[in-house]
Amino acid sequence: MVIDLRRCDGCKKCTEACQTEHDLPKTFEWIKVFQLQDKSGETYYMPRPCMHCENAPCLRVCPVAATFRTDEGVILVDQERCIGCRMCMAACPYGARYFNFGDPPAAPNPFQKPTPEFPVPQIKGTVGKCMLCVHNTDHGELPACVKACGMQALWIGDLTADVATNGSDTVRLSSLIKDNDAFRYKEELGTSPRVYYIAGHGQDLDN
Amino acid sequence: MDRRTRALYVERAVWPIGRGDRKFWISVMVLGALVAAGVYAWIYQVQHGLWVTGLNQKVSWGFYIINCVFFIGMSYGGAMTSAILRLTGAKWRAPLTRIAEATAVAALLVGAVYPIVDLGRPDRFLYILRYGQVGSPVVWDLVAVTSYAIASFVFLYLPLIPDLPVAKAALGARAGLLGRIYDALSLGWKGRPDQERALARGIGIMAVLIIPLAVSVHSVLAWLFAVTSRAEWHSTIFAPYFVLAAMFSGVAAVIIVVAALRKVYGLGEFIVAKHFRYLSYLLIALGAGYLYFMISEFLTDGYVFESGTTSGLQSLFIGQYAPEFWSFSVGGLLVPLVLAALPGRFPVARATVASVLVVAGMWLKRFLIVVPGMANPIMPWEWGQYQPTWVEITILVGSAAAIPLMLIVFFRFFPVMSVHELDEVEGRYEVSSRHRIPAYAPVYGAGDAGGGDD
Repeated sequence: MVIDLRRCDGCKKCTEACQTEHDLPKTFEWIKVFQLQDKSGETYYMPRPCMHCENAPCLRVCPVAATFRTDEGVILVDQERCIGCRMCMAACPYGARYFNFGDPPAAPNPFQKPTPEFPVPQIKGTVGKCMLCVHNTDHGELPACVKACGMQALWIGDLTADVATNGSDTVRLSSLIKDNDAFRYKEELGTSPRVYYIAGHGQDLDN
Repeated sequence: MDRRTRALYVERAVWPIGRGDRKFWISVMVLGALVAAGVYAWIYQVQHGLWVTGLNQKVSWGFYIINCVFFIGMSYGGAMTSAILRLTGAKWRAPLTRIAEATAVAALLVGAVYPIVDLGRPDRFLYILRYGQVGSPVVWDLVAVTSYAIASFVFLYLPLIPDLPVAKAALGARAGLLGRIYDALSLGWKGRPDQERALARGIGIMAVLIIPLAVSVHSVLAWLFAVTSRAEWHSTIFAPYFVLAAMFSGVAAVIIVVAALRKVYGLGEFIVAKHFRYLSYLLIALGAGYLYFMISEFLTDGYVFESGTTSGLQSLFIGQYAPEFWSFSVGGLLVPLVLAALPGRFPVARATVASVLVVAGMWLKRFLIVVPGMANPIMPWEWGQYQPTWVEITILVGSAAAIPLMLIVFFRFFPVMSVHELDEVEGRYEVSSRHRIPAYAPVYGAGDAGGGDD
């Protein structure tokens, strides 16, 4: 994923679309929009999905391998396996994981059984997080947040096919990253996150 | 051997057995009610989900993780004190070892329950065995705590074997069914030289084994935190820091239990002021070591004042956690150390008060490790808040009450002092010296006949 901070206007449509897509309560911001100030005092916004780290700390610390990586590199959670120890929440440097403290809202389809690829409804006592809408991308559709973003600030891409799209444009992923000096958040931790940020002038995420 | 003395300590050691006086039953009922309240709170939590606690998306570990570290830490004092005193051949240990070892088991049982209380899905607890991932610190914990638990049971049981026939004989006709249980548990102990050798060997092995096991338990508990990238936790000093913390709070816990049981069971003649002074020395040494670790941690972090550590340090020293931090540093560390170190009157009372402060302070310290580590922003400016609810508080009170409950119930069935060890010390002492100093009193410290200044 590539997130263009120059374009994000903080409308939180991505968060809302995500919550609708996965039947989540309002406190579950799998993609969360942070409001920040740049050096000249201007406000800008930073959406934070799960970074789907290549070297994911959450995956290493899970005692039961409920968190796993798909062949495409997406980090998913098997909520039928999760024991709810929340070790992954302590380990995640991005606060991207959300624990189901209570019962999730009732799902519209009562026969829907949650799977790691479509964890709806969420299961009480287990951890959930952004799963990059693999239930959509597997069919060539966009993740809910990308679809909902009116500013075209969110790009979903594939590093092997070297292609990325924000819903209206399709570009070469490597050029998008390189030409815009895209960087990764907290890269110094060695997690190799797979979400890139494109920052505008003075938009410094290391505050 | 002085027969009169032996009769005296045998009588005292078995005195609580089978004694169902009013005080005992009232204590059992009060403590039992508190434990029941704690169990009720947990059942309520399982039914409704963890939202009934103060935990939230930011601070997702709280009281339960604090309590787990706290109670397992407490259990150390018992195991380590007893093991170290055995290995160094400190004779004054004789009247204390049973109490120390029983405290270790009781505190461990309470601490070991907490990870399960903390789980969102306690019904899936055994998944850790079924799907266990060797790379997860949670799995290391399960392995370490389980092996330590088995070892501390054995460590309590082995020295108990030779006491069982003694207790049966002392109880006489009162023994009844308990006598038959003693027979079964004593594995045919007759005190033959080969049995004595085997037992000494067994206890020796356990005393050596329990030290690395205890160290490993608190090291992996520390790594639960230290392997994350959170600035407050990601520290190379964490494992030894936790081990020292555990021993410090553990020795304090032993002092409290020994002081309480000494009063309740009238052991004042055997457990004397000198014992408290020696235990205080241990407490002071460990506390000073802990202070040194703390200074080392804060100095290296504070001197560089890296961006990652600043907000954490500020929150402790002058920020929102400053009240807890200074209460611990002064009331839970400096004051008890001075109190225990000062020479002079009331050594028992001073050691006990110092220990109560240390135990309370070390609970606070664990709070200061877990909660600010969680609440400090990992994403820009997003501070977490944590306010425990009645559920967490009730479970803490109930679990704390379980320790004295287990102890008084245990000592209602088994001798409170190790008669065999008292025999041994007494006998050996008589051989090596002609003085008429009761040998169960501490023997080093020139000119001390024991018990003078209580």
